[in-house]
Amino acid sequence: MPRYFEATTVFNFSWDQVAQGFWLKYPNPNSQHVLTEDTVKREVRAGKLFSKRLISKTNPTPKWAERFITTKKVNIVEESIVDPKNKVFITYTRNLGYLKVMSITEKVIYKESEEHPGKTIAIRSAWIDSQIRGFGRAICAFGYERFKKNCNKMVGGFNHVLSNMFPTQTTLAAHNVITTTSKLKDAAKNASELAKAKAAPIYASLHPNQS
Amino acid sequence: MNSIGEACKQLKDEYDACFNAWFSEHFLRGETNDSMCAPMFKLYQQCVKKAMKEQQIELQEVEKDMLGTDQERKVPPSKS
Repeated sequence: MPRYFEATTVFNFSWDQVAQGFWLKYPNPNSQHVLTEDTVKREVRAGKLFSKRLISKTNPTPKWAERFITTKKVNIVEESIVDPKNKVFITYTRNLGYLKVMSITEKVIYKESEEHPGKTIAIRSAWIDSQIRGFGRAICAFGYERFKKNCNKMVGGFNHVLSNMFPTQTTLAAHNVITTTSKLKDAAKNASELAKAKAAPIYASLHPNQS
Repeated sequence: MNSIGEACKQLKDEYDACFNAWFSEHFLRGETNDSMCAPMFKLYQQCVKKAMKEQQIELQEVEKDMLGTDQERKVPPSKS
């Protein structure tokens, strides 16, 4: 029996922003395990965008599972459909190979939040399965816990990218607010110093007798 | 981000930049003509497919449709 996991996240960004950010979510501070990302198919059908991307990731394996999983890299296929009219973005992700050992399938639906206008809701479902006789249950339990833990990291990484893309948003994670503010302060300081430097010769040329 | 084929990185970056601009400025605004990045996509695809072949990644397996088909996983009925 596959293990099933579900979680709902609210992003403090509009659906359009989340949709744009989705394609740029790697790299982010939580995505060191993502090695490559390629688009392998893309087309517009009936006003919707259909894409398939191939993503490769490192695959850290606990000692006890090394007898089943010998590869250090795992390939993932991400299918997606973007419906700009109804503002629905669906992604469906599955691993390639090692399906008997552990298969992880994830579906995420991004849509406009009805409760919080201007925000986006992500409904994440995941199925974790293993066909290894005798070990299936343990592998599923391990995969389930790891997926659950990684969920927060995925959301954190995505939020980081969105905050950088759309910094004017008021509801940012605390540390992002700090970096943005200090950047703004620096920019203001630089601008005023530049203005002073430029103003000095003008002032001098206007008041030749004083210098 | 890197490409699965090291040689494809530049083609990928050029295509990605075009795609992201098209997605924001055209597609999300209801304009579905996607010819804008098509030439870049074609070049990039040739490179990536070659790299996939070299790394023995089965294109057929990658291109299989799951989302929206009856092979898509279903949400189990809730226990309550």
